[in-house]
Amino acid sequence: MSNLTREETEALIAEVLEVYPEKAQKDRAKHLAVNDQSIEQSKKCITSNRKSLPGVMTIRGCAYAGSKGVVWGPIKDMIHISHGPVGCGQYSRAGRRNYYVGITGVNTYGTMNFTSDFQEKDIVFGGDKKLAKLIGEIEGLFPLHKGISVQSECPIGLIGDDIEAVSKKAAAELDKPVVPVRCEGFRGVSQSLGHHIANDAIRDWVFGRDGKDVKQEFVPGPYDVSIIGDYNIGGDAWSSRILLEEMGLRVVAQWSGDGTLAEIELTPKVKLNLIHCYRSMNYIARHMEEKYAIPWIEYNFFGPTKIAESLRAIAAHFDDKIKAGAEAVIAKYQPMVDAIVAKYRTRLEGKRVMLYVGGLRPRHVIGSYEDLGMEVVGTGYEFGHNDDYDRTIKEMGNATLLYDDVTGFEFEEFVKRVKPDLIGSGIKEKYIFQKMGVPFRQMHSWDYSGPYHGYDGFAIFARDMDMTINNPCWKTLHAPWLKKPEAVEELAKAA
Amino acid sequence: MALRQCAIYGKGGIGKSTTTQNLVAGLAELGKKVMIVGCDPKADSTRLILHAKAQNSIMEMAANAGSVEDLELEDVMKVGYRDIKCVESGGPEPGVGCAGRGVITAINFLEEEGAYEEDLDFVFYDVLGDVVCGGFAMPIRENKAQEIYIVCSGEMMAMYAANNIAKGIVKYANSGGVRLAGLICNSRNTAREDELIMELARQLGTTMIHFVPRDNVVQRAEIRRMTVIEYEPTAKQAQEYRDLANKIINNKNFVIPTPITMDELEELLMSFGIMEEEDESIIGKTAAEESVAVAA
Repeated sequence: MSNLTREETEALIAEVLEVYPEKAQKDRAKHLAVNDQSIEQSKKCITSNRKSLPGVMTIRGCAYAGSKGVVWGPIKDMIHISHGPVGCGQYSRAGRRNYYVGITGVNTYGTMNFTSDFQEKDIVFGGDKKLAKLIGEIEGLFPLHKGISVQSECPIGLIGDDIEAVSKKAAAELDKPVVPVRCEGFRGVSQSLGHHIANDAIRDWVFGRDGKDVKQEFVPGPYDVSIIGDYNIGGDAWSSRILLEEMGLRVVAQWSGDGTLAEIELTPKVKLNLIHCYRSMNYIARHMEEKYAIPWIEYNFFGPTKIAESLRAIAAHFDDKIKAGAEAVIAKYQPMVDAIVAKYRTRLEGKRVMLYVGGLRPRHVIGSYEDLGMEVVGTGYEFGHNDDYDRTIKEMGNATLLYDDVTGFEFEEFVKRVKPDLIGSGIKEKYIFQKMGVPFRQMHSWDYSGPYHGYDGFAIFARDMDMTINNPCWKTLHAPWLKKPEAVEELAKAA
Repeated sequence: MALRQCAIYGKGGIGKSTTTQNLVAGLAELGKKVMIVGCDPKADSTRLILHAKAQNSIMEMAANAGSVEDLELEDVMKVGYRDIKCVESGGPEPGVGCAGRGVITAINFLEEEGAYEEDLDFVFYDVLGDVVCGGFAMPIRENKAQEIYIVCSGEMMAMYAANNIAKGIVKYANSGGVRLAGLICNSRNTAREDELIMELARQLGTTMIHFVPRDNVVQRAEIRRMTVIEYEPTAKQAQEYRDLANKIINNKNFVIPTPITMDELEELLMSFGIMEEEDESIIGKTAAEESVAVAA
């Protein structure tokens, strides 16, 4: 099916909205838009970062998910306590495929679950004593840990536990950072506030230690940079880091995939902060700019076009040696890129994709699809803000669909009408669309594949998209008595 | 006789626990089987019946045992004067945890353990003065207390609290069967106190079920951790509590209250001379501004 015109897309949105009650219709209309590249400010066409409507089956998470699951969880040599009843910790345990090296349980703790396991009595009498005891036990059982974070679940905020006082006392006793994070799930409209709270906690409780834990032997260099907002899903940060190193930079810190507390503490000494996931970590980059005068730039390591653009933009902040390094890296990988494109482009050319993810991906992965001759015809953010949509308008084609905090109903209806060749979204959407017969890739976990960042990641990305879209299974989904494709169409129409 | 569940509410310090225990002693004297459930972290709702400082509470024992599931009914229920059964929900020290959740947990525990299935005529919930959260409204939710008695006096804040409690009852009256059963005036010897509370009761759609006069024998009994009825059965005050007990036994006046507005309450207080008429001209004026006005 060919792409929809602006009028057709507008009509589609109107049609989908029709089934809602009046109030919901009015609210949801603000979150759905037809892309227009001539618009400079997204607030003129789309509303974001607002409370979801009850009953619409939003795909969003909570502030705790944003702090524990995204920002803090991957810092591998710290122990992150899920403070409250056991469920939040257990169901967020090791879910995000943040790869790391280290010996789990000895010097790294990424896939373990530490929880205060609140019981009725802890709610009634308060959990501060239990938290203090738990911190003591952690120190005894895991003496090589470098610090502790206390990730508040909802009840902590309701019963008014003073986790700051417990943390301060424990930090003094252990002589290690103990970080209270007020990321109770009921705060804010999505996981986005949790990212912000987590960033602020790093600012106040890690940077706030004034480099107390920074090793004295560290000598700052002229080419020091940090990777901020790469969670090393399936090894993304590793395939990014090698490119920066090959061009002559020294990567001092990874935030926070495969990252350590020491790296975080060293970051205020770098020359440039490189931001991949803007949404979850722009706050700390802005803080470092204000307080330590460290500039920051956003970059995009999805697909060779964006990688080359980003490498050059990063190099522009440094001397000719680094600029030459960037060109050398781009040249070195060009034959590899050519081979990947030669192999997959003919198989993927013209395929149309709809995305619905979080963080940076609704805009950042567009380039890697385009490098394979594919087109993204719809995209949206789970928890984006207007500055995300500002950055998206130019990346998307005219008359494509934008949907913010899309509801289950809207997403399904859009897919039925737009008929994409591939959907990239999360685990909650995967099986619905696969059952509808639409090829699907999880774009949070890379469907247990990856990395997708960097040149190495592009090779895997291209292979994964090909094996999903061109998988023979899609042709066998029709029942034998519905052999004729027209019969399938008929049935679909009737449904 | 079917079990009647009653809850006592009122401003903090008004004498809820003292009044409850004394009137329950009166009911017991009349042969009624009664249980008191203290719903206040202070756990002082049963001391006059048990001659104890403070009874071990459900939440305290649950915390020691591990969880509330580890407790048995006989662990938490004590029997005192004239076989009155006593339970305290308990809760945290001021400033920590969630006392409201303690009340909810304790009452659920009593229900699950069948505390109400025994041969009882009355259950009295003695609830913390300020209904600060949903937990303290637990006793008036569905299938729990059906009759609410508000203890008050002729002081402004006590009446203000009584009116607020009436508002809370309206909310639950519409979803369940809870009704306002009357005001108990625990006298502070203010002027025309009985008339004032009778008028407030009338405006709330109920009655002043009894006027309990002030008498130092109550304090003398309390020092001995006893009710007046037990300490000095012949005292005039003992008869007052017996009268209150009798009136409660025979009470049939259960209503959905009609709380009044702040303006109506102020008007009532002004008509009894408790509150001065407001001088609108002085509102928001600093001392300096006032002196300028006077000079001019």
